[in-house]
Amino acid sequence: MMKNRPWLAAASLADLLFLYMPIVILIVFSFNDSRLSARWQGFSLQWYSKLFSNESLLSSATNSLVVAAVSTTMATVLGVLTALALEGRSFRGQAVFEVVLLLPIVIPEIMMGVAMLLFFVMIGLPLSLLTIIIAHIIFSFPVVALIVRARLRKLDPRLEEAALDLGATRWHAFRRITLPLLMPGIIGAALMAFTLSLDDFIISFFLAGVGSTTLPVKVYGMLKTTVTPEVNALSAVLVVISMVLVTVATWVQRK
Amino acid sequence: MKVVDRKGFWLVLPPATSLFLFFVLPLVLVFAVSFASRGTYGGIEWTLTLQNYTSILDPLYLRIFWRSLWIAVLTTVLCLLLGFPLAYLIARAPKRWQSLLLLLIIIPFWTNFLVRTYAWMFILRTEGLLNTILLEIGLIDQPLNLLFTDTAVIIGLVYGYLPFMVLPLYAALERLDPALIEAAGDLYASSRQVFTRVILPLAKPGVVAGCLLVFIPTIGAYVTPDLLGGARTLMIGNLIQQQYLVIRDWPFGSALSFVLMGGVLVGVWYYLKTSGAKSLG
Repeated sequence: MMKNRPWLAAASLADLLFLYMPIVILIVFSFNDSRLSARWQGFSLQWYSKLFSNESLLSSATNSLVVAAVSTTMATVLGVLTALALEGRSFRGQAVFEVVLLLPIVIPEIMMGVAMLLFFVMIGLPLSLLTIIIAHIIFSFPVVALIVRARLRKLDPRLEEAALDLGATRWHAFRRITLPLLMPGIIGAALMAFTLSLDDFIISFFLAGVGSTTLPVKVYGMLKTTVTPEVNALSAVLVVISMVLVTVATWVQRK
Repeated sequence: MKVVDRKGFWLVLPPATSLFLFFVLPLVLVFAVSFASRGTYGGIEWTLTLQNYTSILDPLYLRIFWRSLWIAVLTTVLCLLLGFPLAYLIARAPKRWQSLLLLLIIIPFWTNFLVRTYAWMFILRTEGLLNTILLEIGLIDQPLNLLFTDTAVIIGLVYGYLPFMVLPLYAALERLDPALIEAAGDLYASSRQVFTRVILPLAKPGVVAGCLLVFIPTIGAYVTPDLLGGARTLMIGNLIQQQYLVIRDWPFGSALSFVLMGGVLVGVWYYLKTSGAKSLG
């Protein structure tokens, strides 16, 4: 396999170029001083200033942040509970629960959008940020559970046992030993849930009511009608945000 | 260290209740509605019928299912071919480089999907970057129709899901003991034999996981065919969205989504069974 190295490197380089070129192009052209955006006309920050004075865009960004913050908090709590219940304890119906838990991850997203829309309309809950939050909790807590459970499996059970032997109560041992050791996994999982929520388009698109537009739904509307370099500027901002989130998540989980 | 106690039950009660109420129940509803019929004004009429399922057999819809299937298969195969060398290189790279290279794969994975799709709209449009460059250097004198084609959809899907292939492949290849490859070489295996007889079998769990992670979202794709494809590049996802949000035939939309979900689940189950990869780790 050694003699294939140059070929391997070339193929990998091509892959990385394929992955990054479009993003780099978007960012470069977000500084372009032209409406006919594919020709370079000189450096300008006008699309950024337009972006940050676009009221409806900013309000949908706020909506997205609210949805992501609330759903991440709830999903993290539910996900950690699930991981703790599945690891080290057993309960009736565990096998069924484990299969159902995987379904939100496995089934096509659009199916989930359809099911949620139908459900909320039928029970008469008006579409709002609340319905989007509920849906986001449901698709992200199984992911949190998966990540935290993997971390939990790697913990040495003797640490908690030692604490119990030394007279700690179960809660105390959990609070002072298990939870701190799990923390990097929990934070990593929460960041993942946050990103999943911030990025979700399809489910939010099905559930967005009047005045409850999230950022991706708004961006989609912009892409369907007029494409201006404002979208490039917005893309650049979003790319930078996700780079920061990934770096933080990787750094936290390495601990 | 499994302890059977009642605490497990109390811990799992909140997640299990939420999952039942807001996930299982909605799915059951979709299933029920798929046997109802569309009311005059777009509502749901509870007359039991199989008509929504028989309508799917209409060649018009079967063609959409068929094209979604081949687009998803083609995308998966392309991701596998493109992703394998990269995953292998990362897995064999020195440790310091590994984490940096992995980060380079994870960043697009975490970047907004719409943004990444838009990047291709920007490049492929009639007045887009590629046409501008080609016109400038005089390679063409008429802008090419690149956007709103099958090719654009497949490029967009491969671009969108390549990281989903590379990450599980890397996880499997990283565990592969290099001594096995050396041993095969010492025993006079050609590099092709080393690949097909040693590397590929050991990478199988990664290949299986990667293919599932690419195939499942691709077959139900909505955004990519909607933004990069033309009116004739409809996939099942677009059809379901149309039935639900435009035509408002919820019973038919429900039947479509149930067939999609059922097909995916049965396909996944069969694939896992025949590929013999039990754990996806």
